[in-house]
Amino acid sequence: MALTGVEIFKMLPKTNCKKCGFPTCLAFAMQLAQRKVSLDACPDVSEDAKQKLGDASAPPIRPITIGAGARAVKVGEETVMFRHEKKFVNPSILALAIKDTDSGDVMAAKINDCLVSEIDRVGQKLKIDALCLINESNDAGKFEALAKAAAEKAPAVAVILCTENVDAAKAAIAHFSGKKPLLYGATEANAEEMAKLAKSSGASLGIKAVGLDALSTLSDKIKGFGVEDIVLDSGAKTAKDMIEHNTYIRRAALKKGNKSLGYPVINVAVRDNNMLETLIAGLGIGKYAAIVVLSSAQKWKNLVMFTLRQNIYTDPQVPMQVEQKVYEIGNPKAESPLMITTNFSLTYFIVAGEVENSKVPAWLAIMDCEGLSVLTAWAAGKFTAAKIAAFIKESGIEGKIANKELIIPGYVAILSGALEEKLEGWKITVGPREANALPSYLKSRTA
Amino acid sequence: MAFTPPKETNTGKVYSVTIGSGDAAVTIGGENVLPFHGFEGVVPNKPAIAFDVLDTAPVDWPDTVREVYAGVSDDPVKWAKHCVENLNAKAVALRLSSTHPDNGNRSAAEAAETVKRVLDAVSVPLIILGSNHAEKDADVLVKVAEVAKGRNCLIGKAQEANYKTVAAAAMAHGHMLVAMSELDINLSKQLNIMITQLGFNKEKVIIDPMCSALGYGLEYTYTVMERIRLAALTQNDATMQQPILGDVGMYVWKIKEVSASEEILPAWGAMKERGIGWEAQTAAALLMAGAELLIMRHPEAVAAVDAFINELM
Ligand code: SF4
Repeated sequence: MALTGVEIFKMLPKTNCKKCGFPTCLAFAMQLAQRKVSLDACPDVSEDAKQKLGDASAPPIRPITIGAGARAVKVGEETVMFRHEKKFVNPSILALAIKDTDSGDVMAAKINDCLVSEIDRVGQKLKIDALCLINESNDAGKFEALAKAAAEKAPAVAVILCTENVDAAKAAIAHFSGKKPLLYGATEANAEEMAKLAKSSGASLGIKAVGLDALSTLSDKIKGFGVEDIVLDSGAKTAKDMIEHNTYIRRAALKKGNKSLGYPVINVAVRDNNMLETLIAGLGIGKYAAIVVLSSAQKWKNLVMFTLRQNIYTDPQVPMQVEQKVYEIGNPKAESPLMITTNFSLTYFIVAGEVENSKVPAWLAIMDCEGLSVLTAWAAGKFTAAKIAAFIKESGIEGKIANKELIIPGYVAILSGALEEKLEGWKITVGPREANALPSYLKSRTA
Repeated sequence: MAFTPPKETNTGKVYSVTIGSGDAAVTIGGENVLPFHGFEGVVPNKPAIAFDVLDTAPVDWPDTVREVYAGVSDDPVKWAKHCVENLNAKAVALRLSSTHPDNGNRSAAEAAETVKRVLDAVSVPLIILGSNHAEKDADVLVKVAEVAKGRNCLIGKAQEANYKTVAAAAMAHGHMLVAMSELDINLSKQLNIMITQLGFNKEKVIIDPMCSALGYGLEYTYTVMERIRLAALTQNDATMQQPILGDVGMYVWKIKEVSASEEILPAWGAMKERGIGWEAQTAAALLMAGAELLIMRHPEAVAAVDAFINELM
């Protein structure tokens, strides 16, 4: 039974030491009661209280780590249904499937695809996180050979071992000792043996059942065998099943305190049509899959999936900002135009995109306005003539351009007079109000 | 212990709206649950996809999508017919981009002529869009609405600066209206209220909360759409119960990710698939968030999104 905030508060140290990140023990207790934080955040809680708080202290969706070392990945711990409520916590793991019936060349190529998948996008390193080895042959020897190849060629990569064959699982898992693989294939039929194997090899356990009723039953059974790190596969074969099962599982865990389904979910996005597979992976990323299994990882496809994952998992409550500096778009020269706008990331993306689009190389000065858009920043006194002048002087752009001309957004045309006073020797030009008018504006200037 | 599905039913419902006339009319909306939640409520209609057709041959589209229309893009009538007859388009969005003062500045009368020709050539529902120049659009859309009378078109976009004129024209000639605001649920709600206060039927409005491309602010559009949908369903907010438009193609086919070649950026992989994937994923994400009507450009992206919708319904 869930405890109330006050009940939890009585068991905390009551020192209000703030180490948990909250101003008071009571504030922390309230968050705990709503399962928004984990009891681990309080370093001083007594063992006795830990015991008593038991379930109430556990996050509603259990965190699971797969892999070890720098490439270990964590899933679970989600606290909301919609991203505007609070940031989605641990981005979905993208796992590339390799079958033990694939040819040696295909296996090697896929392992390589995973290893070279990392790209940098707006400051974040994004990659295919895991390999999902599939025991398609149902043969222990073949599966072990694949496991061995993966362990040798991609020793740091997190691994998912997908098999329902206990012998094959035993043979393969021996190659990942100490590496916390996910053993994915416990069913009603092999539950006890798989649970034992997972426990003895330090693996988390992926459990498979058809439908949420059977899955709940299996989850309880596996837990009864002493396995705590569980990943759920509800047998969703279509996008329709996926959205239904994933929604019910997340809701049950978050809103009903359901412990049987309070675990991360794995979905198989593999489809014959690669473009459709990409979109199914996208569905998983947006709608509650912790792990998405893919059949291929081409660079274009990775970029699409990585970008979506990054978009969905950004913190909606922190205004997205970009760094204050003068950006170079398309190799500008001394004669290229200089424009200024604010550092709200959306403003930056749209303006930079339109300048890019114009094919006119330009200098784009992005000024720190705490992530506000042009009109809001101006209204808030953060995008003023004095501040713009100071930024332009400090930026050092003066030494890089031939004509001292600054183009300002049309919405703040009113600033041009004051700016000309503050920036002596500069010409201030009023540009378009909307970014979509930039291409024709820039082109007509150079024509 | 047996599992009881935690169903959530809602008091509110999205209006079911029909665009176009005759046999080819398309109905969208009507659901009383979140997108594709048929398991806990009613989702009577599939989202619809309209093909983007310009009134002038596009000069700034990347090759991947421009080549697809190479033989037809010099004439909007040919272009629209090609979409319907060869690409199986269920709707067409005719974008009067050449009326923009910086892009040809064609007159309202010329635009009306184009609209008339396209309407005579195709029977699928027509979405008629201006050039996104608030002042000029007011002028153009008034004329256009008149010649399109009787076809129940979706015209737009009405924005804060021109909604009175555009809405009056749509109302006078029996059309539907796209109401566009900039990425803010409150602005969107406010515009809907102002439009209905003019006497415009609230069930003939489509909300455009402004689109963004994947990687270029998609999360804002995604979340605004989700919040509009939640307001409509869980709070039964009658001012937010219109279907939502995702004007995807024009936001996608101008960014670097769809136009930079693999030679320049080897780490980004094949350019053609990347472009198609970008448009398809932007569209699919917005469907998940609540869009019921999409405007798209590449036929292969449309096909992928169609397949996605079919797997979800
Ligand atoms: S860390 Fe523990 S003792 Fe300190 S304020 Fe938080 S709950 Fe109280």
